[in-house]
Amino acid sequence: MRFEWIVALRFLREGGLQTALIVVGAALGISFIVFITGFLGELQRDIVQRTLGVQPHVTIKPLEEVARPLRPERAQGDAPLVLSDVQPRGQRLRSIDQWQATVAQLRENGDVRAISPLAAGPGLVTRGDSNKSLTIVGIVAEPYAAVTRLDQKLVEGRLQVDPGDVLLGRDLAEDLGVGIGDTVRLSTPSSSGDTYRVRGIFDLGAKNLNQLYAYVGLATAQALHALPGGVTSIEVTVDDLWDAERVATDLARTIPHLVESWIRTNRQLMVALSNQTLMTRMIRMCFGLVVAIGVASVLMVAVVQKTREIGILRAMGTTRGRVLRVFLLQGAIIGLIGSVLGCALGYALARFMSGVLTSADGARLFTAHVDLPLYLYTTVGAILLGVIAAALPARRASRLDPAQAIRM
Amino acid sequence: MPAATAPVVSMSGVRKRFNEGLPNETEVLHGIDLAVRPGEFAALIGPSGSGKSTLLNLIGLLDRPSAGEYLLKGVSIGSASDDERTRARLDTLGFVFQFHHLLPGFSALENVMLPGLMRDGAFTRSQRENARELLASVGLSGAFDKRPGELSGGMQQRVAIARALALAPDLVLADEPTGNLDTHSADEAFALLRRFNAERGCAFIIVTHDPRLAARCDRVIELRDGSVERDGPVVAAGPPG
Repeated sequence: MRFEWIVALRFLREGGLQTALIVVGAALGISFIVFITGFLGELQRDIVQRTLGVQPHVTIKPLEEVARPLRPERAQGDAPLVLSDVQPRGQRLRSIDQWQATVAQLRENGDVRAISPLAAGPGLVTRGDSNKSLTIVGIVAEPYAAVTRLDQKLVEGRLQVDPGDVLLGRDLAEDLGVGIGDTVRLSTPSSSGDTYRVRGIFDLGAKNLNQLYAYVGLATAQALHALPGGVTSIEVTVDDLWDAERVATDLARTIPHLVESWIRTNRQLMVALSNQTLMTRMIRMCFGLVVAIGVASVLMVAVVQKTREIGILRAMGTTRGRVLRVFLLQGAIIGLIGSVLGCALGYALARFMSGVLTSADGARLFTAHVDLPLYLYTTVGAILLGVIAAALPARRASRLDPAQAIRM
Repeated sequence: MPAATAPVVSMSGVRKRFNEGLPNETEVLHGIDLAVRPGEFAALIGPSGSGKSTLLNLIGLLDRPSAGEYLLKGVSIGSASDDERTRARLDTLGFVFQFHHLLPGFSALENVMLPGLMRDGAFTRSQRENARELLASVGLSGAFDKRPGELSGGMQQRVAIARALALAPDLVLADEPTGNLDTHSADEAFALLRRFNAERGCAFIIVTHDPRLAARCDRVIELRDGSVERDGPVVAAGPPG
């Protein structure tokens, strides 16, 4: 293979400006592919995080209760047909059976990063004459913060849910006219309730979410919802956001409860995101195609320019296979150099754009970071693309008739 | 003709037709019989269109005969695969062309090392020593690292001659090797060919239009209209001088 390397590199070097231009062209195309791939990933992560609010990656809930009629619904053998009217059951607030065992099971799963059990149910918040209905969620502060990043969403106060403490959303606090240190009354259908002191105010980024939740300690919520020692759901964060559905499916095999990923509960969001992904994939393919055609045409011209040299190499004793590989290798080298430059350029572009592009609320739309796997895939892809683009010129070069080529 | 010296080239009844099977089929060579023994120094002459280049391409394994038999060093090579013929070119033949055809991206030394690179797959020390020696013997000791573009036509042709001899071929095929050079450079180049013939014993076939050059070879093969019209030793009846 050394012969091919030596000749391919010399041919490219001889190409001079022509080689430089196609390498730069390939680098520009590849840098855009790198940029848009990284950008889309960051953007989608951001969209998901904003849209999901405090939704976890995976939720474990009790299976829904179904009514099981004792009589068979279909006639069997000679048994008389029984017509029955089965009413579906209303779903009660229930605890997850053996939830401690489930948590232990989750801890052993390699994909799971954080686990937060919680007890949530309907309730009322009262201050003076104003009543608001909401969901009272009992949490354990640290694991819940690890799952939902609630600590980062606090705008006032602290993430503190000791007995007698409550955290309210910003809009709800405004509606009730309360601030840090004020007290509100929480009650539920199963408890006449008690007064709680507001320790923190959070902003989940949407008004209805800010009016929907009040956070208290887990034990407090268990008492309010009459679920002593129980939890209504277990929320789980997994390593990779996009991998949540696979992890949920894996978990469902061993956990005898309802396991749902955010991907399943947010179908519409997922459809929108995958359309976006499809669109970018098409854009990337177009760029790849343009780069490939560029490489192919430059090499095609090089074959014509070097017809005499190829002829002399063939006459002197270079096999067709070697000539073929010399040109395939040139495609691969252009792809390699183009992708190394392109990755660097793509990163620079991301750095620049992350400073320029901001979302409506003033936050950075995305942050540039070195994505080694992406660079690796891009480089391998670009080398393959270069080889494929070189196929036609290489074939043509290898089929030149040396006797004719020399006379050109 | 002693039996021990088997011919390098042995052709019998070789024909070459172009556009075979088409209405415009033409036969360019009509049954050539030719034998070239090791160490011979032969000129191939004839007017243009007589089939010199076609014959040279057949001898040089750049083309296949339509009929007849061709043995290169006693081996029938007519139906061999392209790779086998390429290998035989590398091992047995050397080429010198009218327009010298050096690779512009390689230095003079590297151009002479190219056949070795093809044979060994990499540049080696022994190739380098061999190339230095050859370039020195063609009077280009000071031009090892020069690119072909930096050399005069005569110098380029001397590099090409050195390259043709790099792997000590049995037969060197030269197509108008001096056709593109001034008289002085042409004489120099021709003298080199004669010297290598004497020193290294490889056979030469030199295609030329120049009767003066042909007269300085040992044997003249004259083609006319696709047949050998005359084949024999040079008659020392040239112009006195």
